[in-house]
Amino acid sequence: MRPHLLAILVALGQTALAPYRIEGDAIPLPLGGAAGDPARGRAIARDPRKGLCTLCHAGLGGAPEGDLGPDLAQVGARLDAGQLRLRLVDGRALNPGTLMPSYYRAEGAERVGAAWADRPILEADEIEDVIAFLLTLRPEAPR
Amino acid sequence: MRGPALSGVFLLLAGLAAAQEIPFPERRSGRDQMAPETRAMQADDEANPGMLWVLDGADLFARAPTPGAPACAACHEAGALRGVAARYPAWDEAEARPVDLEGRINLCRTRHQGAAPLPREGRDLLALTAYIANQSRGLPIAPPADSRLDPARATGRALFERPLGQLRFSCAGCHDAHWGRHLGAAPIPQGHPNGYPLYRLEWQGLGSLQRRLRNCLAGMRAEPFAPDSPEATALALYLMQRAAPLPVETPAVRP
Ligand code: HEC
Ligand code: HEC
Repeated sequence: MRPHLLAILVALGQTALAPYRIEGDAIPLPLGGAAGDPARGRAIARDPRKGLCTLCHAGLGGAPEGDLGPDLAQVGARLDAGQLRLRLVDGRALNPGTLMPSYYRAEGAERVGAAWADRPILEADEIEDVIAFLLTLRPEAPR
Repeated sequence: MRGPALSGVFLLLAGLAAAQEIPFPERRSGRDQMAPETRAMQADDEANPGMLWVLDGADLFARAPTPGAPACAACHEAGALRGVAARYPAWDEAEARPVDLEGRINLCRTRHQGAAPLPREGRDLLALTAYIANQSRGLPIAPPADSRLDPARATGRALFERPLGQLRFSCAGCHDAHWGRHLGAAPIPQGHPNGYPLYRLEWQGLGSLQRRLRNCLAGMRAEPFAPDSPEATALALYLMQRAAPLPVETPAVRP
C-alpha cells in the first residue's frame, strides 16, 4: 500500500467512533456490535493509567482507591448494560457537571496533549470489556 | 416531564456551584493535609531539604554572575527583599506585562548584570527564587491592587475553571469542588502556590510552581503552558489572589 493511503486509513481508524443511539438513560446496543470480555475489562478498569476508574471509585477490587465517585461494588445489580454504556461513553449527557470523564468522545476537548489528541479515552471494544466486568459486580458474586 | 426537567435544572446548578471560589476563612495551605512527619520536616530548617537551595541562593545572590558585573547584593541589601514573594507576579513597566518572581530575577540579570537569563528549573534559578521567597516566609500573600494586572488575573481564573485536556477536567473541578477528597491515594489539596519553590520527595529535588502545574496538566492529559508564557503567568496571578491571605511557606515540603 502506498504510504499516504496508509496514513489516511490510520487517521480514519483513530478518529472514527462507532455510531450509537441514546434511548432514555441508556445506549442499548454494544458499540461495534460485539459483547466484551470481563477479564480484560477488569484489567482495564483497575489500571490507573488506562481505565483510571480506581482513581475515583471504590469497589472495583483495585488499589489505591479514590473517593470522588460512588462505590461500584454492586453496580451490576443497580444498572444494566445499556445504562452502564451511556455512563461510560458520555456521562455528561446525564449530568453536565459530573467529574467523570466521557470515555468515548473525541471532540469538544481543548488543549489536548499531543499523545492523546483526537482519540477517545477508551476504544469501543475496551468500553464493552469494562461493561462486561461491571455486570459481574453483584452482591452474590465473589470479586 | 416535570421531574426530569426539574432535576436537569438542579444538576446544572450543582455544576455551577462546583465553580465557586473557596471563601477566605476556609482557605487551607496544602501543608495542613500532609502527614505529621512531612509537616515536621518542613517546619525544621535542619531537616528541610529545601534549605540547601536557600543556602545556595544566598551564595549566588552575593556573587558576581560574571567577573566585573554587579552581584544581586550590590543593588539589594541582604534581607531587603522580604515581602517581594508575597506580592509576585507583578507588573513590569518596561515589558508592559506581568512577570513572575523567576521572570523578575532573569530581567535583573539581563538588564542590570549583563548576564544571560538562567534556565527555568535549573538549579541556580530555583536556588535564587527559593532564597528570595524564603525571606517572605510567614508573611501573608498580598497580591498588589494594580489594575494593570486585572486582565491577566481574569484570564487566569477563566483558565482555572475551563475543562482542558482529553479528560476535560478543570483545575476548579478538583481544587475548588473536591479538595479534601482523594484521587487514588493522593489527598486533593486546595492547590495553593504559597510553598513554592518546594521540595518534593517524589522529585528528589526542588521544583517550581510551573513544574507543579505541568504535573497537574499532564494528569488532565492537557498540553502544558510554557513557563513565562502569558497563560502560565496569568494562572500564577490568579492562584496568588485565590490563596491570599495564606502565609508564604517557601521552601515547603511535599510527599
Ligand atoms: C475523575 C473521576 C472519575 C473517574 C476517573 C471515573 N468515574 Fe465513574 N463516576 C464519577 C462520579 C463523580 C460519578 C457520579 C455520577 C455523577 O457525577 O453524575 C460516577 C458514576 C459512575 C457510574 C454510575 C454509578 C451509579 O451508581 O449510578 C458508573 C457505572 C461509573 N462511574 C463507572 C466508571 C468506570 C467503569 C470508570 C473507568 C473506566 C469510571 N467510572 C471512571 C467519577 C469518576
Ligand atoms: C483530577 C484532579 C486535579 C486536577 C484537574 C488538577 N489538579 Fe492540581 N493537584 C491535584 C492533586 C491530587 C495534587 C496534590 C499533589 C499530588 O499528590 O500529586 C495537586 C496539587 C496542586 C498544587 C500544589 C498544592 C500544594 O499544596 O503543593 C497546585 C498549585 C495545583 N495543584 C494547581 C492546579 C491547577 C492550576 C490546575 C489546572 C491547570 C490543577 N491543579 C488541576 C489534583 C488535580
